[in-house]
Amino acid sequence: MTEVYRPVGGKLLTTQFYFMGILALIGGYFLVRRFVFGIGDIAHLSDGFPWGLWITYDVVVGTALACGGYAMAILVYVFHRCQFHPMIRAALLTSVFGYTLAGVSIVVDVGRYWNLYNVFLPQYINLGSVMLEVALCVTTYTLVLWIEFSPTILEAMKANRLLRLMRHILFFFIGVGILLPTMHQSSLGSLLIIAGYKVHPLWQSNLIPLLFLITAIAMGYGMVVFESLYASANLGRRLETKMLARIGAVIPWLLIAWLVLRIGDLALVGKLGLLLQPGPEPILFALEAALFIYATVILLEPRRRIRPTALFWSALAVVLGGALYRFNAFLIAYDPGPGWHYFPAVGEQMITLGFVAIGVMAYLFFVKKTPVLAAKP
Amino acid sequence: MNSNRRDFLKIMAVGAAGAATALAAGPAQARLPKALPSGAIGLLYDATLCIGCKACEVGCKAANQMPMDHDSGVEEAHGVSGVWDAPDDLNSRTLNKIKLCATGDASHGGFSFVKRACMHCVDPNCVSACPVSALTKDPTTGIVRYNPDACIGCRYCQLACPFNVPKFEYDKPFPKIVKCELCADRVAQGDLPACAAACPTGACLFGPVTELLAEGHRRLGFRPGETQDYPIHSLDGSEQRTATVTGYVPSIYGETETGGTQQLLMAGVPFDRLGLPPLGEESRARLSETMQHTLYQGMFAPTLLFGGLVYAVFRNIREGCEDRATPTDPASEPEERRHD
Repeated sequence: MTEVYRPVGGKLLTTQFYFMGILALIGGYFLVRRFVFGIGDIAHLSDGFPWGLWITYDVVVGTALACGGYAMAILVYVFHRCQFHPMIRAALLTSVFGYTLAGVSIVVDVGRYWNLYNVFLPQYINLGSVMLEVALCVTTYTLVLWIEFSPTILEAMKANRLLRLMRHILFFFIGVGILLPTMHQSSLGSLLIIAGYKVHPLWQSNLIPLLFLITAIAMGYGMVVFESLYASANLGRRLETKMLARIGAVIPWLLIAWLVLRIGDLALVGKLGLLLQPGPEPILFALEAALFIYATVILLEPRRRIRPTALFWSALAVVLGGALYRFNAFLIAYDPGPGWHYFPAVGEQMITLGFVAIGVMAYLFFVKKTPVLAAKP
Repeated sequence: MNSNRRDFLKIMAVGAAGAATALAAGPAQARLPKALPSGAIGLLYDATLCIGCKACEVGCKAANQMPMDHDSGVEEAHGVSGVWDAPDDLNSRTLNKIKLCATGDASHGGFSFVKRACMHCVDPNCVSACPVSALTKDPTTGIVRYNPDACIGCRYCQLACPFNVPKFEYDKPFPKIVKCELCADRVAQGDLPACAAACPTGACLFGPVTELLAEGHRRLGFRPGETQDYPIHSLDGSEQRTATVTGYVPSIYGETETGGTQQLLMAGVPFDRLGLPPLGEESRARLSETMQHTLYQGMFAPTLLFGGLVYAVFRNIREGCEDRATPTDPASEPEERRHD
């Protein structure tokens, strides 16, 4: 670990930062109303659609977008690809806030938040519940992420003694930090198995844990590439195209594996005929596949993936495809029965937007004030 | 590169071993279907006897101290308020609901009633889904009960229930899950559930589940037009009435559905037209738990994977990245792709 990381510096309180602050305040207003008057006051959640935008976007999609740290750790520590080590702090930063905000969203979403600690009490826990596994794993992993990210903060604080101690024990937490997302990113898919017929048969599958895990890792790499290009362009840094192209090169194999499993599973169970039925579901299915195939075609070819624009759009396609897959499974192709409809209310949207804004503000703060991004030699 | 390859192979070997153990153990570990508890009690609802008087709804609200559910539109039209309890379905103020379904089936007058309430499944999805055991199945009576002190309000039970039974108080800042608990306190004192006690026609009948099933099968043997005896309130034989048989769909809903339920339904029209979903004989809870247990049995596979991961990371850090990171050789790229 001889790389040198440096704060980017520069003005923190820019116009964009204030704009994000205003979004966060609007979200805060609805948050107060949610806790004073109840969830129904600001949300369109119902007994038919108990999970809406908060669970689907903030938790299920949000933690997958925050898989950059996990995906990069697999590459650097399991496959020993040291050349990617300089990117790991930026990836961890997105992960730490993605997961922390997902955790906060859960507190907003659950009705009886004051009882949340029951998931840690042996007299209450139900080992058969997929939700228990998700709850325990996500909380533990959020803590682990903060520990993994702590060297950055300790460096900024110049707490050298603690930093040395951290370096000795970090290997353990990095190990935990690869295990836990493997477990809960697959379990986020398993959550839907018990819902049975409510999840459209094109998405309801016994392979759903594996399909969720693969897309989470692919989205993690996609997010690292997308975010690095976006941040470099906006913070006036040199594009790290060469290294990003190498990360991008990993994605097609994950997507090909996913497409084979996804379509092979439908074929084996005899559900392929559903693709010819009327309704929006086959189109949504095709859209997912199209986004992934587009990214695969671009990223598979070394000459194409070295172009920053191609890299940018294909990384975005991976992220959007994975997000669409999750939205379809949890909301769009979810049908609890006749009479139930759901579209997120303004209050729900503003709270989600507020959390995204806080995430962006936190990213800007840490990138500018603490040593997150690698200094160029 | 050699060292990379070695690490990679080790991890893969560990992972494969873990997966293989998990999968090999899989079929043997499949969670057995839950059996009906020995003292299981329940209800048999016969739609052909129901006259839609909703006495059971009134009895239910009184026994459970549930508030009225106003239909503000209707009240406004009549210039009144607080007069009618008018829910249109089960909701957070209504544990039991008689619904009128226009079926268009001329042989049964073109309509049928149906009673909706918790089915008290033999193998309940909600109990399996709940992370904090707020929903539990009584080992003797089989009643699915709710404990608000445990509940975190995650609403996974709502997602899991194939009948959309658990309801949530979205309009309250300190909400609870609300559902029928088969008047467990009344039953414990030897009383009938309030709905069965209120029903004047015997459409809602209380009793041990095995006897209710036997009664249901006795009715399936009736021919339309016959006059037959029907017990009222409960199966203890104290009260009965005679009625003309109008004919049944030849099955009892809940005998096998989702592994069996303790509220059973009979009707003259197909159940799917009454809003009862067609369900397989196996509960989704069984599938879900089998899959989770296969992956996490004794935490064996995760522990193995964890050991491999910590070892790989430890070696990786000890060897250090600095020596190899600097000379990035361009030939390494095709090699990389072979690994992934």
